[in-house]
Amino acid sequence: MRRHARPQAAAAEGGSGGRILLPFTSQAISRRALEAAIRLARAEGATLMPAFLARVPRNLALDAPLPAASAVGMPLLEAIEQRAAAEGIPVDARVGRGRTYRDALDRLLAQEPVDRVIISAAEDSRHGLGDHDLAWLLATVPAELMILRPAPDDERRFSVSAVGGHF
Amino acid sequence: MSPAGLTPLIGDSSGRNLASDIAPAGPGHAARGHLRVVLGMAAGVGKTVRMLAEGRTERDGGRDVVIGLLETHGRADTAAAAVGLELVPRRVVSYRGTELEEMDLSAILARAPELCLIDELAHTNAPGLEHEKRYDDVEDVLAAGIDVLSTLNVQHLESLNDQVAELSGIRVRETIPDAVLARADEIVVVDLTPEELIERLRAGKVYPLGHVDAALNNFFRIENLSALREVALRQVAQEVGTRRLAAASLAGGRGLVGSRDQTIAREAPSAVSERLLALVEPYPGAQRLVRRAWRSAQRLGSELDLLWVRAPGTISVEQEQSLTALRQLASLLGAHLLVEESDTVAETVAAVARRQGTTYILLGRPRPARGLARLQTPLPLRLLELLPGVDVRIVADRVKRTTEEQR
Repeated sequence: MRRHARPQAAAAEGGSGGRILLPFTSQAISRRALEAAIRLARAEGATLMPAFLARVPRNLALDAPLPAASAVGMPLLEAIEQRAAAEGIPVDARVGRGRTYRDALDRLLAQEPVDRVIISAAEDSRHGLGDHDLAWLLATVPAELMILRPAPDDERRFSVSAVGGHF
Repeated sequence: MSPAGLTPLIGDSSGRNLASDIAPAGPGHAARGHLRVVLGMAAGVGKTVRMLAEGRTERDGGRDVVIGLLETHGRADTAAAAVGLELVPRRVVSYRGTELEEMDLSAILARAPELCLIDELAHTNAPGLEHEKRYDDVEDVLAAGIDVLSTLNVQHLESLNDQVAELSGIRVRETIPDAVLARADEIVVVDLTPEELIERLRAGKVYPLGHVDAALNNFFRIENLSALREVALRQVAQEVGTRRLAAASLAGGRGLVGSRDQTIAREAPSAVSERLLALVEPYPGAQRLVRRAWRSAQRLGSELDLLWVRAPGTISVEQEQSLTALRQLASLLGAHLLVEESDTVAETVAAVARRQGTTYILLGRPRPARGLARLQTPLPLRLLELLPGVDVRIVADRVKRTTEEQR
């Protein structure tokens, strides 16, 4: 974990201990990353901010609707929110968009400060944030950054199948 | 039949209707022709072969059928399907030193068959021809009283262009206004599972074998094809629904008021389509409501509006942040976020709903009223009073329910 000087994030509704950003890019995220984010949020009374990062193809305007990406991200946001709510953790979800996932995250972080960012190093770099992106995060993001080391149980993923009830 | 002897009207870019200049005006040619479109999700599903097979059946049934334009793309089975059908030769157009072959509109009009098979409705003509687009040529053919059977890939539809570009990463340049398809008398969908299409591709039935790997790595991926197939089937289902309602309305209203039939037929498309309006406020929990509303809109294939009726005055930093997040979510989902400043929530919602043509309103569970507000009619009931015919749905707080069940 690396610390940077950062502006104090405004506490979101229900969470008084800051905001924890949990970016993701695909239909499933590392269960360890989610559990870590929930544990930290509970311990600190923080708000969990799951953030779906969408990559906008270059042949589309940056603000074009992305129904296919939405179909990937929205159910997982729902599943994360339900999981966090079961633990009593307040959630304030975000979506970020950019030409690359890094660009999307960069734009999101430029809009509003967060206190922590949690990312699993075991995420599939072909479809999400790769090694270079993690290095970029360490060098530039004005927040505490928690990068989870790869571990044997990284194969356990949290996916849309966890959504309770119809969505 | 050869079109020899006819003078092609190359260079006439006035867009005038050639049918009136050339086509015979005898009996049987007075009424507009019948347009039937064979729609598919992608190249290679068999649209052209289907068109040719239908043409052959019509010819065998005694009709005068010609091929106005055929694109075989080098596919042997397509060429084989055309054997025995009369073909109107293409005309050669010179453009910037290059010779291009285009459909010979004037020859088709002069030949005046009963049915003309015209492939690739969305094609863009070489500059200098009568029309810029082939669907305009087809309009001339129809106007001459000739029936037309044509083909179209769903990705060429204008309204789906962005969606398809996102799905496939490929933007199609040749588009066709949705109204052209809506004017078709019949739409037939040629359906193939993505797996079957890829099998055809691998067998070299779609592109030459040397191009197969590139196609498989780009456009012809299972996920692309599945999504495009869904788009094609949904498009046809929507058309069928619209026409069914229009037909039912026409049958029901027959003989009553002369102009009513036309009005119903004209309004049928909007009658079958839903439009959702979700009432939101800039706070974190609103995103769940938006996601639920979007999901419902997806299932109904409808537009989604989000409305925040904002009380006059300033908003807090937290509200500003939540509003920005809502805007971004709306933009990603293709929803329209509307902000109206007013003290009277129900009346404002009703006005917006009427303006937008809303058929369905979604809102979160209202907060318990305090003070004098307890004497007022709750918002959902007020909306039902103000908007007869509009469904009102209160979205359950499933997060809360899940939490309580676990206690």
